[in-house]
Amino acid sequence: MISLKGITKIYATGDIQVAALRGVDLQVDEGEFVAITGPSGSGKSTMMNILGCLDRPTAGEYFLDGADVARATGNELAIIRNQKIGFVFQGFNLLPRTTALENVELPMLYAGVPAKERRDRAIHSLESVGLGDRVHHRPKELSGGQQQRVAIARALVTQPAIILADEPTGNLDTRSSIEVMAIFQKVHQEGNTILIITHEPEIVQYTRRVIYFRDGSVKEDDKVENPRDAALDIQKMNVAI
Amino acid sequence: MNLFELIRISIRALKANKLRSILTMLGIIIGVAAVIAMVGIGNGATANITNQIKGLGSNLLIVTPSQTNSGGVKGAAGSSNTLVMNDLQKIQTNSPAVKMVAPFVSTNTQVVYGSGNTSTSIAGTTDAYAQIRNVTLARGRFITSDDVNSYTRVAVVGPSVVQNLMGDANAEIIGKTIKLKNIPFLVVGVTASQGTSGMTNNDDVVYIPITTAQDRLIGNKYLRQIFIEATSADMMTTAQDQVTNALRSSHNLQTSKANDFTITNQADILATMENVTKTLTMLLGGIAAISLLVGGIGIMNIMLVSVTERTREIGIRKAIGAKGKDILAQFLIEAVVLSILGGGIGILIGWGGSILAGKALSMATSVSMTSVFLAFGFSAGIGILFGVFPAKKAASMDPIDALRYE
Repeated sequence: MISLKGITKIYATGDIQVAALRGVDLQVDEGEFVAITGPSGSGKSTMMNILGCLDRPTAGEYFLDGADVARATGNELAIIRNQKIGFVFQGFNLLPRTTALENVELPMLYAGVPAKERRDRAIHSLESVGLGDRVHHRPKELSGGQQQRVAIARALVTQPAIILADEPTGNLDTRSSIEVMAIFQKVHQEGNTILIITHEPEIVQYTRRVIYFRDGSVKEDDKVENPRDAALDIQKMNVAI
Repeated sequence: MNLFELIRISIRALKANKLRSILTMLGIIIGVAAVIAMVGIGNGATANITNQIKGLGSNLLIVTPSQTNSGGVKGAAGSSNTLVMNDLQKIQTNSPAVKMVAPFVSTNTQVVYGSGNTSTSIAGTTDAYAQIRNVTLARGRFITSDDVNSYTRVAVVGPSVVQNLMGDANAEIIGKTIKLKNIPFLVVGVTASQGTSGMTNNDDVVYIPITTAQDRLIGNKYLRQIFIEATSADMMTTAQDQVTNALRSSHNLQTSKANDFTITNQADILATMENVTKTLTMLLGGIAAISLLVGGIGIMNIMLVSVTERTREIGIRKAIGAKGKDILAQFLIEAVVLSILGGGIGILIGWGGSILAGKALSMATSVSMTSVFLAFGFSAGIGILFGVFPAKKAASMDPIDALRYE
């Protein structure tokens, strides 16, 4: 699904050149559930931007679902973002003063999907994250966890090749974080490929593979030993209360 | 993405921020309303004045004696005595472009009937006057040539005089005798109401034969005015020339001497008046157009602020898959929708305002469709013009920076 070879990103500010990524090689197959972690400044955010086709590498190759992305034009990247990538952000990034339904419809709007199909798919997507009864709520009427679930529904609705989540639990309390991870696990079980950037070890425990970044390159690439089941953890929390 | 969807996105975005949208439109609304109302009032004023001038009669020339000059001291306009009844003869024989001529004298005096009395204007003239000056009768008849020839003491009164004498404008006054300066006159007609034109109340007047007036009330043979109707509008200048020649000959003026009379050409007055009011209308419209421009700048300001405030939103849209041109189109359409909507509301308010102003000034105002189309086109143009810059700014934003924006 994802094939990175020698990905390098250099930022030039004035005279100073900063190498955020130095020759990264990475392979992610379809259906994997990967956590990308590392200290701040390690290059994981830059990695996320390049994986998400928001930024172009200075050098290297990037093939996403067979498409040569590194050399795509601005407009081509927009189309790829629309159809192949589903974003989930730390700050949720929903359009304010717009309903959950309209938020989830947005990617399909830019893809030219007709209105009825758009609406049906959006409602279906919201139901699959457990928000079928809140489709007309606006972000300020939803809790943090619920807003993130709308964001996940939005990411899923175009049936993308990969789902990219950048610190998706960063703004959530413990319980909401686990609920969101439960949804990611459910989405993974349905066959989706998910990459999560996180600095929290507890969150890494819910994924299947962890890649450690440091100083712009991959230091370790391991399987997650004894991954936790988020849904089970929620049940335990319910019993404990 | 098709245009229809783009418009939907834009309208949705505008509705999400209703207060800001309304405040942005305010500039355009006021600008357009001002243009429409000003032009409507200006047109109404033009028509009003034109009608007043036309109400005096058609193809009208008015001859007045020029000022007296006693040792270098000039009297009031029309004060000298140079026009006489013989002039009429000369004019009519030598001026084929002249259709009708009527002499005119006037004086103010007390009119008495029974216990009622009023001070009013007495007009001495002939039968031709009624046709030249568009005087119509409500009841009875006007003065005839027989009356003039026979120096009869008959009177035709205006409705205000009837009101003042008898307390009721519709009272039966025909056949009754009124006294002018203690001289009895038989009332033979009542004029239809003509209303007020400028400072003159055309209904507060008593018409009597000119011969009777000169003989009994005024005491001299001079004319205050001669009213002339030309055969047609194109012949006005020719008629004016012919009358000038006839009068100079009648007054035995040598070529070196100036005219001892003045001819006022209604067509010239009309043209001047129309020019003046048209210029004023354009001036008013121009000032209002400037406010429209300001409205456009207001839209640009708000769109720029809006783009900065919605930086995050633009980043999200781009991350989700909006291309630069999608963002450009969205913001441009938002600007155009705002200005067209503002233009439409402005037209309605301007129209209403023009009607209200007309009622307040008791004048009919007319909103011209040209100004409506112009205002509409202008506001759409303003939306596009002033929306392009902010829209381009939005479209060229880098999504990563935009998403990081606080």
